[in-house]
Amino acid sequence: MTGAAKPRIELVDAVKVFSGGDVEAAAVRGVSLRVWPGEVFGVIGQSGAGKSTLIRLMNALERPTSGRIFVDGEDLAALSPAALRRRRRRIGMIFQHFNLLQSKTVWDNVAVPLRLEGGLSAATIKARVDALLERVGLTALAGHYPSQLSGGQKQRVGIARALACEPKVLLCDEATSALDPETTEQILTLLGELNRELDLTVVLITHEMDVVRRVCDRVAVMEAGKVVETGEVVEVFLNAESPVTRRMLGEDDRLPLRSGSARAFRLTYRGEAARAPFLSQTAKATQIDFSLHLARAGEIKGEPYGQLVVSMEGARLDDALARFQAAGVHIRELQP
Amino acid sequence: MSPLFANVDWAEIGKATLETLGMLGGSMLLTVVLGLPLGVLLFLTARGQLLASAGLHAALAFAVNVLRSVPFIILLILMMPLTLALVGTSLGVRGAIPPLVAGAAPFFARLVETALREVDPGVSQAAQAMGARNDQIVLRFLLPEALPGVLAGATVTAIALVSYTAMAGVVGAGGLGDLAVRFGYQRFQTDVMVVTVVLLLILVQFLQMIGDRLVARVSHR
Repeated sequence: MTGAAKPRIELVDAVKVFSGGDVEAAAVRGVSLRVWPGEVFGVIGQSGAGKSTLIRLMNALERPTSGRIFVDGEDLAALSPAALRRRRRRIGMIFQHFNLLQSKTVWDNVAVPLRLEGGLSAATIKARVDALLERVGLTALAGHYPSQLSGGQKQRVGIARALACEPKVLLCDEATSALDPETTEQILTLLGELNRELDLTVVLITHEMDVVRRVCDRVAVMEAGKVVETGEVVEVFLNAESPVTRRMLGEDDRLPLRSGSARAFRLTYRGEAARAPFLSQTAKATQIDFSLHLARAGEIKGEPYGQLVVSMEGARLDDALARFQAAGVHIRELQP
Repeated sequence: MSPLFANVDWAEIGKATLETLGMLGGSMLLTVVLGLPLGVLLFLTARGQLLASAGLHAALAFAVNVLRSVPFIILLILMMPLTLALVGTSLGVRGAIPPLVAGAAPFFARLVETALREVDPGVSQAAQAMGARNDQIVLRFLLPEALPGVLAGATVTAIALVSYTAMAGVVGAGGLGDLAVRFGYQRFQTDVMVVTVVLLLILVQFLQMIGDRLVARVSHR
């Protein structure tokens, strides 16, 4: 993608293991990845995969056991405590359970990080907080306390607070996992807008495929502390290589129905290919027979895609496969 | 038949009431001044917290437990030399304050520690993530969040101090408790006993009411 640019965040063989008894956090066992400026980068995995620990390495809430973490080329481990605090002000973070101050109003919660900086005038803080609340649509609730808000509203406060110091990066730790589907949709839309408007780099971790499909540009799939697959969301979703990813997508490579000589394939297509009736055209032209076992279609970040599982037979099967390939369809033969 | 409250010397009652209030006010102030930081330190040095230090935590906890396990009446007597050195007398309101504080501050510190433990750990994490210093985390995040619990603890402590002041009366501190013992109990002047107990009751009710109101005001859960 952004070939010449420097990565905003870079992990080099990051390892975090926990010693001792009652630690809940899962380990990270050697992860290298790069997050580019302005992209929305998703990390998906089941609970216990280590994704929460991974995102905490990115603002040094967790220190790596080994390996290095760079933000804008700066090695976090090399920073003095004061420099690390300054750096953290440029990395916003939102949380699954919001982590707002119950004792403060919405307005004061958003003002907290600005007041930590010191040296900002009351007028500057006021202007900034008012603008942030306006942006997340909470102006009318400025005087309310968090306990009076819905989950979605609380997360909006969290987002406004995270953006108070104009960070370049926003880390989202399961930010929509405590929300209902409709609210999740609204929060993801907001994150997408902020990503574009502010050129904000967003790293989000989630266990929900839908979240990644909805908002991410690239995704890393994690299992047992390792990244097993990484790439553009469309690629990873449609041509998933690893068993974990396929399991998370609900894909099954075994095929129940199959007549004698038929071979089974998964055909994946997107963009322009998704608009053409390539299957029936090819079937007519090559006189193959096919049965359709599974079909699905949808959008990933606005791009249409489709996926079919078919079994086919006929003398000109190879010709048919070549035609599919020419039409931009990705083919994967399924084993019996 | 003697008139109601024949034995009650109202001037004496007034003086004793002021002594009790003086002991309570002075010792409560110092209890908060010493107990609050002690409670914060107990919390911060515990395992997994910002200043986690097993040794320091164990030392503080031991000191607190020692002071809390000595019955207050014994503490009063044991502390006499120290009290003399600190305030020049072991008598009167001044002489009562050091042992009262020594008895109440560790108690209050534990209540502060408990209130801080009740704060969602996520708050501390969010504070770190936004680049707060440790002192800012304590003063701007943890203590404001724990304030309802701290105020409830202060109320409980103030009420415990009321009964401590009565005991301090026994060793020459004066106050309503002293009056109740010397006149009400030792001279069988039941009316004096009744008046002092009613006054103490009103004081306790008043403290609880003020405490409850303050807690309600700062509580936004």
